Amino acid sequence: MGKIRTPYLLLLPGFGFLFTFFILPIINLAQTSTQTKIAGGDTGQYEQTLHFRNYIDAFVENKEQFGRSFLYATIATVLALAIAYPLAYAIAFKAGKYKNLLLVLVVAPFFTSFLLRTIAWKQILGEEGFVVPTLRSLGIISQSTTLTSTSFAVVMGMTYNFLPFMTLPLFASIDRIDPRTLEASGDLYANGLTTFRRVTLPLSMPGVVAGTLLTFIPAAGDYVNAAILGNPNTKMLGNVIESRYFKIVDYPTAAALSFTLMAAILILVTLYIRKAGTEELV
Amino acid sequence: MSQKIKDATIPTIPLGGRIQRWIGRNLIRFYAIFAFTYLFIPVAYTFAFSFNDSGKSNLIWKGFTLGNWQNPCGAPEVCSALGNSIKIGFLATFFSTILGTMIAFAIGRHKFRGRSTSNLLIFLPMATPEIVMGASLLSLFLVFKINPGFWPTVIAHIVFCISFVVVTVKARIASLDPRLEQAAMDLYANEFETFRRVTLPLVAPGIAGAALLAFSLSFDDFIITNFNSGTLTTFPKFIYVSAARGIPAQANVIGSAMFFLALTIVIVGQLVNRRKG
Repeated sequence: MGKIRTPYLLLLPGFGFLFTFFILPIINLAQTSTQTKIAGGDTGQYEQTLHFRNYIDAFVENKEQFGRSFLYATIATVLALAIAYPLAYAIAFKAGKYKNLLLVLVVAPFFTSFLLRTIAWKQILGEEGFVVPTLRSLGIISQSTTLTSTSFAVVMGMTYNFLPFMTLPLFASIDRIDPRTLEASGDLYANGLTTFRRVTLPLSMPGVVAGTLLTFIPAAGDYVNAAILGNPNTKMLGNVIESRYFKIVDYPTAAALSFTLMAAILILVTLYIRKAGTEELV
Repeated sequence: MSQKIKDATIPTIPLGGRIQRWIGRNLIRFYAIFAFTYLFIPVAYTFAFSFNDSGKSNLIWKGFTLGNWQNPCGAPEVCSALGNSIKIGFLATFFSTILGTMIAFAIGRHKFRGRSTSNLLIFLPMATPEIVMGASLLSLFLVFKINPGFWPTVIAHIVFCISFVVVTVKARIASLDPRLEQAAMDLYANEFETFRRVTLPLVAPGIAGAALLAFSLSFDDFIITNFNSGTLTTFPKFIYVSAARGIPAQANVIGSAMFFLALTIVIVGQLVNRRKG
């Protein structure tokens, strides 16, 4: 009898905690998103009205930032995949006894605060940094071109910051591939490209799916890179939500935007997992 | 074997072709070096500018000094912010590791009704953007008239750390050989003894890794913290706030020191693990 109860007893404290501080807040967020301003009330006073107008208003007002969030997140995810895949492959198959050390080095930059690193990029790419003058004197960019406060800098910063999240799951699934399957493919007269396309890539698909999700989700909700490396025209949805909460104190709109963001991400993720055909993510 | 045959055929290929082949074979290594350079440029920059004799704003190189390292608390608020981050980090790590490990054992070791729902509940926080999680928790605290501050921040950190702990520990549990536990049972160990003497020591490296991950996630978190900490300053929040008027070089000292400290812990941990076999 005790055996049947064991898993539930183990789950109880953790899930109780998650229910109180994760599920309840989300339900509360949904509720807040349908509140409206009390007529003649102070800033920050709202009443429950169950109006869904907030959603339409919030979306129409911010559709540009919405599109930008998903565009930037997609580009950053693709770039991170392009950089991380060969890196993970090299660590798994070419690093030999240095495999663990290199893996630690992938995670190591994490420990210097990501804000410090993002601000470092701002200064490296800025007017006083060494990159801009060099590129200018080489004539690669014109005298008036700047690198910071551009969408390029925002996407580059996002790619950089989420690279370890992409590399680790990729490494985990590439490392599991038996090298003999690659040799077998070669023995059957497949060239390098065919072997990669027909053997390596399909076997590493769980890592690709997990890595792209772990990059795309935080990237779509990010506002720090846009705030530090961008300009007013590179604002993302995260920036709007942040300022609605802290500067304008417009909780219902902020809640409606948060909820829309989360719903959009969940729908995209579900479609993507269906398409990629892997349900074993965690 | 195939390597030898390939090498033997090299002399018949002209020099240009040989260079091309060498580049082709090592292309992926160059790529890895390029990727690591990309990863470490801002770390190196942060480290270099920790020696800058900069005064208040650490934007332009003004000369070498060891002063920042000798007096890391020299700038106002840096060390109190760091202290808050460490306290929050330890508390969040402690609770999320315990709760997450229990969940990992339940899901990894038992078949029960609601197992797939449990997996979903673990996946959901990881699929929620930080800003949504932070904002929704803040709304809840406001409803219950709880002021944002130290404990709300700790609670928020536990929420996002739990899932990562579960995933890490579960992976370790899944890689265990079930025959080891069967052997313990055959040698008349009861369930509790088997758990304490066999299972737990085998899972321990996974739990240690999960704790380290939880601490680094908590320590580096900005978005969720920003929503739930009120007037409390953590280290990332300190950097974000002071970015507008210039970050003191002491922040670079602390960032670099954390980097080397964590690197040392991980490498020592790996060496200990290897010695144990």
